[in-house]
Amino acid sequence: MSTATTEAGAAPATSTTTMTVTVKILRYNPEVSEEQHWESYQVTAEPTDRVLDALHKVKWDLDGSLTFRRSCAHGVCGSDAMRINGKNRLACKTLLKDVNPSEPITVEPIKGLPVLKDLVVDMEPFFAAYRSVMPFLITTGNEPTRERLQSQKDRDRFDDTTKCILCAACTTSCPVYWTDGQYFGPQAIVGAHRFIFDSRDEGTDQRLEILNDQEGVWRCRTTFNCTEACPRGIEVTKAIQEVKRALIFRR
Amino acid sequence: MWSWVAHRITGVTLFFFLFAHVIDTSMVRVSPEAYNTAVETYKNPIVGIMEVGLVAAFLFHGLNGIRVILVDFWSKGPRFQKQMTYGVLGIWVVLMIPFVIRHLSNVFGGGH
Repeated sequence: MSTATTEAGAAPATSTTTMTVTVKILRYNPEVSEEQHWESYQVTAEPTDRVLDALHKVKWDLDGSLTFRRSCAHGVCGSDAMRINGKNRLACKTLLKDVNPSEPITVEPIKGLPVLKDLVVDMEPFFAAYRSVMPFLITTGNEPTRERLQSQKDRDRFDDTTKCILCAACTTSCPVYWTDGQYFGPQAIVGAHRFIFDSRDEGTDQRLEILNDQEGVWRCRTTFNCTEACPRGIEVTKAIQEVKRALIFRR
Repeated sequence: MWSWVAHRITGVTLFFFLFAHVIDTSMVRVSPEAYNTAVETYKNPIVGIMEVGLVAAFLFHGLNGIRVILVDFWSKGPRFQKQMTYGVLGIWVVLMIPFVIRHLSNVFGGGH
């Protein structure tokens, strides 16, 4: 019995195909140099490993000074958004075999936010934009004694934008946001959309007024970078367009 | 993103063309002879090739402009933006081929 289990457990390890992958990381350490520079690392990995696993191997075995954020490592917490081969993705949801591992894989911090160290950026401007659209339920009158009920149809209206994990992949893929950090950014509009189209919420007019600002939804040029970047598959540009339409046709 | 970049570039190009176009057309009010001289200088192969670029930029900007309007005002627009981009490029090619043949045969063949 015991030998059978060991054999079964050992079999997959021998049948997998390991390969050598070059990971090219844009490093930055303000204590050493003000300049960002590329550094390449060779790691042994399997095609089904994720980019995050490769980064772990670099950090744990090759260079402990490499700095990046990650928490759950399963695409839920939204900590490890980075620019992989020129596209914003979550390192924990990107398999090596999907990003052409025969060539060096480039990993950069997300663009448009101040880099603090290596792949870690200052997320504060991003969260500030999110807070400014008041992403919480606004109601008037007495609290109901039971739940605030809602029909399935009303719930489905904003289902897409409830999936957001605040990873900033959309906002930092937006060319408007790169050149104008004052723009609320796709994520803040997604966060507002989630409440604007919630039948239980009564703060719609306030939020629409905030997004009617010069730096609000009208800065969107429908380049669709955000929709392509979103690791949760939210149709971000569609959400922005719906807010625009709500502003145009609300009276 | 690249359709947006191309839209910007063609937009700026057309804007500068309009400058020159307003000046040369308004010369007809100043003096018809000066207008004729100006238009006569346009009839050479270099300007002829620039006109191909102008029509190419104009067609793309116009067709992509319709796509952008549909993205904003048609509720299903954002979902079909890729298909509409291919549509824009397809119509652009279909319209450019006969134009280029006809135009360049005028420019280089001298036929009127």
